[in-house]
Amino acid sequence: MNLVQNFPFLSIILTLSGGVVCSVLKGSNARKYCYFVLTSVLVGSLLTMAYVLSTGESYVYMMGHFPAPWGNEIRVGVLETIMASLFSGIMLLSLMGGMHHIFEDTEDTKSNLYFTLVSLLSASLLALVYTNDLFTGYVFVEINTIASCALVMIRYRSGKALVATVRYLFMSLLGSGLFLIGITILYDITGHLLMENIAQSVSVLFQTGTYAFPLSVVVVLFSMGLAIKSACFPFHTWLPGAHGNATVSSSSILSGLVLKGYIFLLIKIFYRVIGMNIIFHERATNVLFIFGVFAMIIGSIKAIQEKDLKRMLAYSSVAQIGYIFLGIGLGTEAGIAAACLHIIVHAITKPMLFTACGGFMDVSGGSKKFSDIQGAGLRDKLSGIAFIVGAMSMIGIPFFAGFISKVYLTTAAIEYSSIKTVVALAALAISTLLNACYYIPAMLVLFTHPKTEKVHTHPRSKEMSLSLYIFIGLNFLMGCFSQPIVNAVIQGIAMFR
Amino acid sequence: MIQLFINYYETVAVIIFSIGFTTMLLNRNLIKKIIGFNFMDCAIYLFLACKGYVEGRKAPIIIDGVQSMEAYINPVPSGLVLTGIVVSVSVTAFLLALTIRLYYRYHTLDIEEIIVLSKKEED
Amino acid sequence: MKIREDYEQVGWRKLIHWVNADLQEDYISKDHVIHDQLHLKENAAQEKNKRIDELKSSLQALAKTHGKQWYEKSYRIFSIFVAVAMIIVLLGVVSQLPSFGDPSNPANNEVSERYIESGLQETGAVNIVAGMILDYRAFDTLGESHVLFIAAVSVLILLRMDYGSDGKLRKTKGIRDEGYDRMYEPRNDLILQTVTRLLFPMIVLFGIYVILNGHISAGGGFSGGAIVGAALILYNNAFGFNKTKRFFTYNTFKWVSFASLITYALLKTYSFYTGANHLHSGIPLGEPGAILSSGLILPLNICVGCVVACTMYTFFTMFRKGGM
Repeated sequence: MNLVQNFPFLSIILTLSGGVVCSVLKGSNARKYCYFVLTSVLVGSLLTMAYVLSTGESYVYMMGHFPAPWGNEIRVGVLETIMASLFSGIMLLSLMGGMHHIFEDTEDTKSNLYFTLVSLLSASLLALVYTNDLFTGYVFVEINTIASCALVMIRYRSGKALVATVRYLFMSLLGSGLFLIGITILYDITGHLLMENIAQSVSVLFQTGTYAFPLSVVVVLFSMGLAIKSACFPFHTWLPGAHGNATVSSSSILSGLVLKGYIFLLIKIFYRVIGMNIIFHERATNVLFIFGVFAMIIGSIKAIQEKDLKRMLAYSSVAQIGYIFLGIGLGTEAGIAAACLHIIVHAITKPMLFTACGGFMDVSGGSKKFSDIQGAGLRDKLSGIAFIVGAMSMIGIPFFAGFISKVYLTTAAIEYSSIKTVVALAALAISTLLNACYYIPAMLVLFTHPKTEKVHTHPRSKEMSLSLYIFIGLNFLMGCFSQPIVNAVIQGIAMFR
Repeated sequence: MIQLFINYYETVAVIIFSIGFTTMLLNRNLIKKIIGFNFMDCAIYLFLACKGYVEGRKAPIIIDGVQSMEAYINPVPSGLVLTGIVVSVSVTAFLLALTIRLYYRYHTLDIEEIIVLSKKEED
Repeated sequence: MKIREDYEQVGWRKLIHWVNADLQEDYISKDHVIHDQLHLKENAAQEKNKRIDELKSSLQALAKTHGKQWYEKSYRIFSIFVAVAMIIVLLGVVSQLPSFGDPSNPANNEVSERYIESGLQETGAVNIVAGMILDYRAFDTLGESHVLFIAAVSVLILLRMDYGSDGKLRKTKGIRDEGYDRMYEPRNDLILQTVTRLLFPMIVLFGIYVILNGHISAGGGFSGGAIVGAALILYNNAFGFNKTKRFFTYNTFKWVSFASLITYALLKTYSFYTGANHLHSGIPLGEPGAILSSGLILPLNICVGCVVACTMYTFFTMFRKGGM
C-alpha cells in the first residue's frame, strides 16, 4: 500500500489526539499546535486528492487486521478528499480570522480548551466524510454535536449564547435519536452496519418487496434526523440564535462546515446505503425539494427583517442550505453535483462574511447592530472589501464563487424537465432577488459615514488580514477557474456507485 | 398484528421512544427534557439489546471452549449498546451542566421563560 | 456559653442531635468562623432573592399579555398528538420486523458467526463482546472514548471555578459565584466516614478487578472505570474536598486522561497501520483465559478505565459547585 493512502487515517488520528494534547498545553501553545495539526491535515488531504485523481478510482482502508464486514474501514474517493481539504482549510482560516476574539471571550485558563474542541470537531468532520460504516458515522455525529454546541457555549458569560446552546443541543439530540433508531431498524432488517453490505441487502429487499414499510420509515428517519441537524427549513429555528451569538470563529466554523458535514453524510447515505433508485421510489427527494424551496424564500425574508448583522448572516445560511437541499431534491446526478458545488461555495463564502463581521465589531465597540456599525466598512477597509466580495458571491454576480453553483443548479433544474423545473427556476430567481434585498442595504449601511464618530477601535491582527486575503483570493479563484473543481466533483459522484 | 405481541420488547421500546421524543421536543421544563432524552436513548438500547437475543442461547462469553453459533447470542448489538450508553452519559452530563448554569442565571427551569428573560437582557 | 459548648461535645448530645437530624444546631455549635460565613452568605442570599423577585414579577407581567392558559392547553394537545402519531408509525414498523429471538433473523449472519466461532483465536479474548469492541470494531470505541473526553472538557469550561495558586476563588467578570459551598465542610458524619473507610478499598479493588478481567469475563474498562469513579465520589462525600485534594486535583484529571487517551491512540494507530498495510503486528495473543493475554485488549481496557474513572469523578465535582 502506498504511503499516501495512509494520510486520511493519519489525519483522523492526528486531529483526535491533537484535541487531547491541546487540553494540557497553555493557550498560546495550544493555538500553535492546532495550526500545525490543521495545516498538516490540509497538506495530507491535498496529497491524497492528487493521488486519487491520478489513479482514478477510490480505495478502502482497513482499520485493523480484519476485512470488510467484520472490522471498521474508511473509504477514500475524490469527493471525500475534496471535502476533507475544504474542511481543514476553512477551519484553519476561520480560526485565524477570529483569533483575538477567542482569547477575549474565554478565560486565560480555559482558552486552550477551545482548541481542544476545534481539533476534535475537525476529527469528527473528517471521520464523517471518510467513514464507510454507519455506526462509526453515529459515534462521530455525536462528537460533532457536542463539539459544535460547546463552540457556541464558549461565550457562556452571555445569557443569549447559553440559551442558544441549549436549544441547539436539544434539537441536535432529537436528530441523533432519530438517526440512531434508523440505524437500528436498518441493522435489524439487513444484518449489517457496513455501507456496501447494507446497500446489497437493501436492493435485494427492494426487489423482493419484503420489509417495504420499515425501509421507507428508515429513509424518513435518516432524512429527518440529518435535516434537523443541518437546519433544513422547518427545523431551522435553532440556527440564528446559535450562529448569531457564538464567537466569530465559532460562527464561521458552524455555518461553513458543521452543517455541511451532516449534509455530506446524508448524500453519502442516499447514494451508498439506500440507493438513489429507492430514494426516488420513496419520494424522499420530493419532500427535501419542497423543504429546500421554502427555506430559500423564508430564510431570505427573515434575513431582510433582521436588525443585527450576524443574525442576518445566520438567516442567510438557512436560505443557502435551502439551495443545497434543492439540488439534492432534484435527485439527478447533476443536481447532486450542483449541491456539492454549493457546499464548497458556501463554505468559502460564509466564513469570510462572519470574519469580516468580526472586523466590523472591532471598530464599532463590539456591537453588531446595524445602528452601531454604520460606516464600519470605511473604518476597516479590508473587512469592508471582504464583505462586498462575500455579498456579491452570495447574490450570484459573475466572476464570484456563488455564480458558479447557481449556474449549475439552474442547468440541473432545466435538464430535469418536469414541474420541478419551473418551481426550482422560480425559487432561484426570487431568492436571488431577495438576497440582493438584504445584502445591498447592509453594504450601504457599512459604507455610509456615521453621524457620530466612534473612537474605540481595535487594531486588526496580522492573522486576520492574512485570512481575509486568502478568503478573497479563494473566492475569485473559484469564480474564475472553477472547471477543474467541477470536473473533480462530477468524477467523485460517479465514484460513489 | 400478532407480530406486535411476538416482538413485545420492541413494541414497548418504540412506545417509550415516542414518549421520550415528545417529552424532549415539547416539554418546557429543562430537567424533564433531559429525562425525556434519557427515555429516548434507553428505549433505543432496549430495542438494540433485544435484536441480539436468540431463543435459548447464552451471553457471548466462551465457556468450556464451546465455540459454535448455536451456543451464544449475537454479540454485535451488545457492543453497540455499550458504545451508545457512553455517548448518552456524556451528553446527559453536558446537558445538566448547561442547566446548572442557566439556573444560576435565571432562577427558573422553564425554557420559554428563560428565552423571554434572555431576550430582555443586553449582551 | 463555654460550658454549653463543652456539653455539646459530649457523645450523647451528638447522638441526640444526630437522631433528631438537628442540623441547624450542629452548625452553630461547630465554629464561629462558619457562623460569620453563614451570615455573609445570608446577605448574599437576600440580594439574590431580590433579583429573583424582580425576575418573577417581569415574568408574571409577560404571562398576562401572552395568554398563557390557552397556550399551555394547546401545547398539551399537540404533544399528545405528536406522541400518538409517532407510536402508530413505529408500531407499524415493529409489526413487520423479524420475530424476537428467532435464530434465522437477518442479524444472525456471517458477521456474528465469525465473531463467535473464531473470535477467540483472532483476538485472544474469552469475552467476545470485549474482543469485538476493542479489536474488530476498535475505531468506534476510539471515537466513543473521545466523546466522554469532549463532554468532560465542555463541563469543565462551563462549571470550573478559577482557583488561584493561593487556593482562593478568582472572580470572573459576568459570572456570579453562587455556588461556593466549601464552608460547610468537613461534615464529619461518623457513620458515613466509618462505612467509607471500610468500603472504599473494597470498591476500588472490585473496580480494578473488573477492569483487569475485561477480556476474560463480563466487564471491561467502561464498567470498571465507572465503579472506581463511584468509589471516589463516595470518598469525597464522606471526607470533603480537603482530603480528596491531596490526591485528585484538576491536574490529576488533566494528566491521567491525557496519558491514557494518547496511549490508546498510539496503540490503536500501530494496530490500524499494520492491519491496513498487511503487516504482521507482532503482538502476542497469549493463552486464552490468562490475565496477560489477548494482545492489546488489556492495556486498552486499563486506559479506558482510567479515563472513565477520572471523568465520572470530574462530573461529580463540577456539579458540586465547580471546584476540584
